[in-house]
Amino acid sequence: MYSSSDLKKGLKLLIDGDPHVIVQYDFTKPGKGQALYKCKLRNMITGSLFDRTYRSGESFEPASLEERDMQYLYQDDSGYVFMDKKNYEQIILTEDTLGDDKYFLVDNMDVEILMYGERAIGISLQNFVNLRVTQSDPWVKGDTAAGNNKPATVETGYTLQVPSFVDQGVLIQIDTRTGNYVTRVKE
Amino acid sequence: MEPNWQLARKRPTLEKRARIIQQIRAFFIEQDFLEVETPHRIPANAPELHIDAIPSTDWFLQTSPELCMKRLLAAGYDNLFQICHCWRAGERSNTHLPEYSMLEWYRSHCDYHQLMHDCEALFLHLSSDQHIIWQGQTIDLSPPWPRMTVAEAFSQFGSIPLTTALATDEFDSVIAFDIEPKLPINRPTFLTEYPIKHASLARTKPSDSLVAERFELYIGGLELANAFSELTDPAEQQQRFAEEETQRRNKGKIPYPSPAPFLNELAALSPSAGIALGIDRLVMLFCDKNKIDEVISFTPEQL
Repeated sequence: MYSSSDLKKGLKLLIDGDPHVIVQYDFTKPGKGQALYKCKLRNMITGSLFDRTYRSGESFEPASLEERDMQYLYQDDSGYVFMDKKNYEQIILTEDTLGDDKYFLVDNMDVEILMYGERAIGISLQNFVNLRVTQSDPWVKGDTAAGNNKPATVETGYTLQVPSFVDQGVLIQIDTRTGNYVTRVKE
Repeated sequence: MEPNWQLARKRPTLEKRARIIQQIRAFFIEQDFLEVETPHRIPANAPELHIDAIPSTDWFLQTSPELCMKRLLAAGYDNLFQICHCWRAGERSNTHLPEYSMLEWYRSHCDYHQLMHDCEALFLHLSSDQHIIWQGQTIDLSPPWPRMTVAEAFSQFGSIPLTTALATDEFDSVIAFDIEPKLPINRPTFLTEYPIKHASLARTKPSDSLVAERFELYIGGLELANAFSELTDPAEQQQRFAEEETQRRNKGKIPYPSPAPFLNELAALSPSAGIALGIDRLVMLFCDKNKIDEVISFTPEQL
């Protein structure tokens, strides 16, 4: 069982018999008052979204999901295509199911697909992914402050803040849990 | 390997943070406040139902330096301030950290009204031109700042009456979801006169026995500070602690020992008032940041 203090973005809970994922999470605690956990939940079967506020001391049943090792193949009109590495069975996930995870998929990448019975309902990514910067303003000569940043877009269309010294064409590492820049990757 | 950019990029903010803390110190020293340091690891915090301390061997990390500071006050130190770290288990959000920086100050021979004047003066001392621009909003700091009682806030913004909220344990959710979002964004606000059971260490208001002389300061929707006239009656304080502790144990929380030396010395405390202000949130305002992560060097997740 989970308790209120375990709640966080990405946690999967069983509510009214269906697996749900927390897609947005906010903790609030008015002065000396009780903790309030404001969650936006997505029903992983129907896709419906709703808000719910929990208080401290509540308990939650984890959604037990099977994880299957798969490889990401490609994207086409039907969605994002993955292949089971054991039996070569292919499954398709939609853009809605993937959410922001779609930005961190690279062809032939190993991922874990979350299964609820026979249905694929989500994805579990490795913590770091390398992606190439396709658009970013050039480095301004003389701008040497280590703290300066600028927006950049990577090959999957994802936009993030990077240090000013990261040029277009460079391969960078991104933390898939936070979506943040980590470092440049030597090639 | 290139430098850790998540740390390097915070340099301008961390430099400004350091200057702000230096200015806070200067503000209190100029007014003859004594800066003190009290132990971070203590045998007992003030028992409060909704504040969970982090155990440290058989003692606890402080959730606030208040008990030691009030013992100093009772021993005759008139005006005190401290800047220190405090720990509260399970508190994490865009405006919460389980370990954070607190500014507390205490004054003898005055009540909570004086602390409101102190807040106004402190922010004017820190701002160059009587306003802050935060997240696109201009916040006018010119004093006096608006005061609103909790009862007024409930009748103006609450979805249910105050008496109902107290009876059904919905006081906190009305404050968080009805009132806080509707407080003026362009002016600081003092929310005052809290119901007694929401002010465990505060003095009862002489003219209204249902409320305590307590206020919370809100700026830009952020809760910045909590303050009150100190309760100086040891018997009443002991009874309120016992009530909080009973509720804690009923909820299955770890038992706290009673802070005996504090209760013993409380009788020597002259009429006083004290306030706790979150430094990280204050820095968020002055650095125009909407996440507490942006104004500290390391988040717990980065350690």
